Amino acid sequence: MVNGTSPSYDQTEPGTELPPRQYQVTRRDLVRYAGASGDFNVIHWNERVARSVGLPDVIAHGMLTMALAGRFLTEWAGDPGAITGYGVRFSAPVVVPDDGKGATVEVAGTVTERLDGNRVAIDVTAKTNGTKVLTRARAVVRLA
Amino acid sequence: MAINTDYVGRTFEPSAPYEVSRVKIAEFADAIGEPSALCRDRAAAQAAGYPDVIAPPTFAIVVTAANSARVTHDPALGVNYAMIVHGEQSFEHARPLHAGDVVVSQTTIESIRPVGTMTTLTTVTRIRTVDGEHVCTARSTLVERGA
Repeated sequence: MVNGTSPSYDQTEPGTELPPRQYQVTRRDLVRYAGASGDFNVIHWNERVARSVGLPDVIAHGMLTMALAGRFLTEWAGDPGAITGYGVRFSAPVVVPDDGKGATVEVAGTVTERLDGNRVAIDVTAKTNGTKVLTRARAVVRLA
Repeated sequence: MAINTDYVGRTFEPSAPYEVSRVKIAEFADAIGEPSALCRDRAAAQAAGYPDVIAPPTFAIVVTAANSARVTHDPALGVNYAMIVHGEQSFEHARPLHAGDVVVSQTTIESIRPVGTMTTLTTVTRIRTVDGEHVCTARSTLVERGA
């Protein structure tokens, strides 16, 4: 998508920081993601079961956390089709309490390398309450 | 019970065809808060050079999920599903999935490794159109916690 705020390859260099974002995740979001993705694992919506398997509370789908950090990239690039490579390690669960507020996921990213084909490599960080919930999160994004 | 390492290198039968729909893409985009018009407005997607609305990058997990479950629930593989957590995930996209794509996915078990009291199971799932065009490679690592 062409818009005035999309970054250009020519003006993007190693060290360029993407504007950090915060995403709120509530129980409602987990239910909605379960339905949209087809992942109905009980630990993502049932506190009783989550606690019975040793979790502190209901946790977000790892794939939802990955999707939020992906959205961070697509909002920056202006085009969801621009993300040609994207990988993460799930290092800690995002615990989502039933308090009407849920969890806050803070996402940031830095360009690490310019690649051929107008692509750039980006390192992404995602944290909840200061704990890294994604590590080794890297993406390759094609810019205009 | 340990995961059966005889399965390393095994490639499973391709999935049944999955048809990517505009409605499912929009539902998924809503669920992750992806605001792009390219996921909802066909004219906007076509103006950007795509045949139809495109899926967000992690939508590929929806396409591969049913097939992956068939693999990891194979009793002979010996995965204790109650003890599984998602360790790592990656996608390499040759192009974005778009509405109207009819795709099959096929999974290969890349590795099974003990890590302390845990075992990691890494699968590679390739998504291609029914016409044979490669679209996406998804690599997934599941971690079975020790009992």
